[in-house]
Amino acid sequence: MTRTGSGSATPVRAPRDIAAPGTGGVGDSPLRPDGTLKVKGEFAYSSDLWIDGMLWGATLRSPHPRAKIVSIDVSAALAHPGVSAVLTHEDVPGRKHFGLDHTWDQPVLAAGEVRHQGEPIALVAADHPETARRAMEKIRIEYEVLEPLTDARRAAFDPAYPQVQPRGNLARHQPVRVGDVEAAKARAEVVVSGEYRVGIQDQAFLGPESGLAVPAEDGGVDLYVATQWMHNDLKQIAPCLGLPEEKIRMTLSGVGGAFGGREDLSMQIHAAMLALHTGRPVKIVYNRYESFFGHVHRHPAEMRYEYGATKDGRILYADVEILLDGGAYTSATMNVVGNAASLGVGPYVIPNIKIDAYGVYTNNPPCGAMRGFGAVQACFAYESMMDKLAEACGLDPVTVRQVNAASQGSELATGQVIWAPLPMAEMLRQARELPMPPPLDASDIRNLPGGASQTTHGEGVRRGVGYGVGLKNICFSEGYDDYSTARVRLEVIGGEAVALVHTAAAEVGQGLVTLEAQIARTELGVERVVIHPADNQVGDAGSSSASRQSYMTGGAVMTACQAVREGVFALAAARLDRPLDTLGDLSLVGGKVVSESAGVLAAIEDVLGDAVIEETREYHHEPTTGMDPVTGRGDSHTQLALCVHRAVVDVDVELGLVKVVELAAVQDVGKILNRLSLEGQIHGGTAQGLGLAVMEEIVVSDGKVRNPSFTDYLIPTILDMPPMRLEILENADPRAPYGLRGAGEPPTLSSTPAIVAAIRDATGLALTRVPVRPEHITGSS
Amino acid sequence: MDFLRPTTWAEALAAKADRPEAVPIQGGTDVMVELNFDLHRPAALLDLNQVAELAEWTSEEDGRLRVGAGVPYVRLIAELGNRLPGLAQAARTVGSPQIRNRGTVGGNLGAASPAGDSHPPLLAGDAVIEVESAARGVRMIPAAEFYVGVKRSALEPDELIRAFRMSPATGPQYFSKVGTRNAMVIAVCSFAIALHPAERRVGTGIGSAAPTPRRALAAEEFLAAELDWDARLDPAVLARFGELAAEAASPIDDVRGTADYRRHAIGVMARRTLTWAWNEFRSGHFERRAG
Repeated sequence: MTRTGSGSATPVRAPRDIAAPGTGGVGDSPLRPDGTLKVKGEFAYSSDLWIDGMLWGATLRSPHPRAKIVSIDVSAALAHPGVSAVLTHEDVPGRKHFGLDHTWDQPVLAAGEVRHQGEPIALVAADHPETARRAMEKIRIEYEVLEPLTDARRAAFDPAYPQVQPRGNLARHQPVRVGDVEAAKARAEVVVSGEYRVGIQDQAFLGPESGLAVPAEDGGVDLYVATQWMHNDLKQIAPCLGLPEEKIRMTLSGVGGAFGGREDLSMQIHAAMLALHTGRPVKIVYNRYESFFGHVHRHPAEMRYEYGATKDGRILYADVEILLDGGAYTSATMNVVGNAASLGVGPYVIPNIKIDAYGVYTNNPPCGAMRGFGAVQACFAYESMMDKLAEACGLDPVTVRQVNAASQGSELATGQVIWAPLPMAEMLRQARELPMPPPLDASDIRNLPGGASQTTHGEGVRRGVGYGVGLKNICFSEGYDDYSTARVRLEVIGGEAVALVHTAAAEVGQGLVTLEAQIARTELGVERVVIHPADNQVGDAGSSSASRQSYMTGGAVMTACQAVREGVFALAAARLDRPLDTLGDLSLVGGKVVSESAGVLAAIEDVLGDAVIEETREYHHEPTTGMDPVTGRGDSHTQLALCVHRAVVDVDVELGLVKVVELAAVQDVGKILNRLSLEGQIHGGTAQGLGLAVMEEIVVSDGKVRNPSFTDYLIPTILDMPPMRLEILENADPRAPYGLRGAGEPPTLSSTPAIVAAIRDATGLALTRVPVRPEHITGSS
Repeated sequence: MDFLRPTTWAEALAAKADRPEAVPIQGGTDVMVELNFDLHRPAALLDLNQVAELAEWTSEEDGRLRVGAGVPYVRLIAELGNRLPGLAQAARTVGSPQIRNRGTVGGNLGAASPAGDSHPPLLAGDAVIEVESAARGVRMIPAAEFYVGVKRSALEPDELIRAFRMSPATGPQYFSKVGTRNAMVIAVCSFAIALHPAERRVGTGIGSAAPTPRRALAAEEFLAAELDWDARLDPAVLARFGELAAEAASPIDDVRGTADYRRHAIGVMARRTLTWAWNEFRSGHFERRAG
């Protein structure tokens, strides 16, 4: 990326008394370098990769959720004209299993048994994608089909339930224990309880899984992939290929959205296996149907909550059970359970707590990371409970939340003290006091529930208002050191100081490359910043997930720039032939080395001359601890971020259709680094929460997905997602770079319960399951 | 797969006679989805895009409109919206603007999906489908006889859909469709109504709530007997109409909705669309607009 914008009117290399700060730094909203290309359809995504002579790979997947593989016969497929290779589990060069974190239980290719519909069994490489698909159909597999194990409750609690895989059926049980719930039950004046369900949401990223593997002369492979975390991919790919990590060169390709769905591997090992086997480049692109089987989804949840309170709405205890169905393999289930447990009652101060969160294995679709990651499911339940409590106590929904709100200095359920500002009660007040949208204008059917389909001209439409609050952990938790690395190089090119920023961090559409350049401009006082393609020739940047890249890679770029800046200062002192400590407080502003006392000392270009200053830094957040396996106690989170939503909906109560009229959000982001990108994140997170509230669900019966297409897996359109009113607060987190808080996930938590609360307000119905379907509102069966 | 590209209607009929297994393709908004999902691998595609006359519509001497099978939805809305308002409303709910630029009523008829948006207004408006074969010439099939099973029509393998014929509206017409999204959504179920004041008759069409698109015949007969065309709408008549329309449906449970909900929604849409049509008719607004 190159930026040559205006800004400083001062001619380069002419020191003046005043150094004007350049534009495009932290706090500005420079345009994204990839923005115009994406809008015009010219951006090269990983599915656009092309190299002469490449083959096309295809993946044969199981049609059954659970079956024994009796035999595999690839001979007819191999004999198909145009086919270069057909591979099975026997051809996996190294380890046969991979997985996130330390649980390597997912077969590269199924051996002996398949445990979910769509599990990969065999690979084909051919000279044309259609040839590969046709050859794939000639692979003969004899299955012994078994009854799928799809009952998450039995998987968790019934020792007689058959095992899905050798690890047993319980991936993790994480309890949280605070105070004495049984004693508190005796004191409660008001008791409310509910059972809540969350359906399977899909990330529904628009760019399907795709990439290119090119065999290299050293016996290694060059991989061009769309992923969220190259280094963690590499840790899994290398052992499965039987190659040392240094023989695998990874380059990030254009990523068409991620939302957690690219944390797990998809086609990476498969394409590399085919490339190494054939000695030719191999490209794999999933189509939309295959994509629904090519990545993990959001865990569906069954949740049982009971709260006891005083008559005036102070919660005395929470008794909670959260059951998350992870499908056949572990993926991110361990950490999703950790989040659901530690954030199981959200941002409320409750003196007595009993939470049991379970993650189980079944033959249902595999589930793992998705925006909100365990906290989304819990948030729907605890916010529904707050509304129930409000009603039972005769309080309004805002007041009951304020009465129990956490704040700076409060303890979370885990005992972790909230060290940074958390003005939740005030944020709720702000949300309530925002102006209401105008009353329904029924003159345009697009304003009405049903929209363009003309189901009402205003008949049966009732308005409702609801609130939701969500608390999300930012960065990885439970003792994980998810550091990031940045290499920054400063030199004069063509007479102008240019900063080169090199990280392995994945730009997945969130705007990270824009932010990296902003930070370099602010820290180095230069205009021109070039972002090096993300690859594994620089250290680990961690995952583009957990809302963590602004914090972590932002922090790494900041510290690397600061190290480069120290080098510039030292060089300036040498050029001026003065001891550094006599120059006063130095800074780099507007292309100049500036002393607080003496003003502009020199242009950066004059200081640098032919010198090149390059520094690499790792950025680590403050260490966290694990959760106690019995009590859940621990300082397990790096940072916590809050969003408050107010939803206004119009509901056609006769047809059960919903139009979300307005979503207002109040979010504390610590520091606005780029308002345009930030607002995009809040809008997008809110829309994804809206999708979960009223339409997005992978429908499964007997372990099989019934709607693997965008015809039947619906995501919100512009007529579904309303205009938003945003109040963005900047109460700095003293531990974070620039005081920032991760912002991408919190709105995904709170918009879902706010919308459902508004539908309840309009209809008077209990609505304990998301997504809310029309028949839930009309009472049809 | 062979790709046949006739440039005239006669060539197209000859090609279809020669290759009855060839799948006709116009906008491709339906056929290409099936191909992309690998649901069908037809031996041949018969591309009708170069048969220019299919993209034309005319007013016939009998007063009816004859609309070529290749007229896209976007033109139907722009050029015939006043004369075929029910069909135009349905066309507005088809997919996205890009799909409406390419998709055609002819294609909707060819697919004969119970969820096709064109079908209910074609049924309510007494449309007749003009089909033709090289061997037997033209056949006129009333819409009510065109749909014979799930994604099956009365079309013979050597026949092609040439046009549909439909009278310009003589009374208010409405189309209503339930989907779980406010735009760009396939029908959970749909309902169309057309008032035919000269005949004192009300036409109906039900979509996506039976194996085929179908009329709510008992509901139509009930209105023909009970509706007082010179009075306000009797709430009891309205309620009974809704019940009969719902009873005319024979929906299933599927991933888009439940049978019970569909039956309920058909009843609600029947009542609402009749109310809108009646209010428009009684206000004289329709005559003023049509006149």
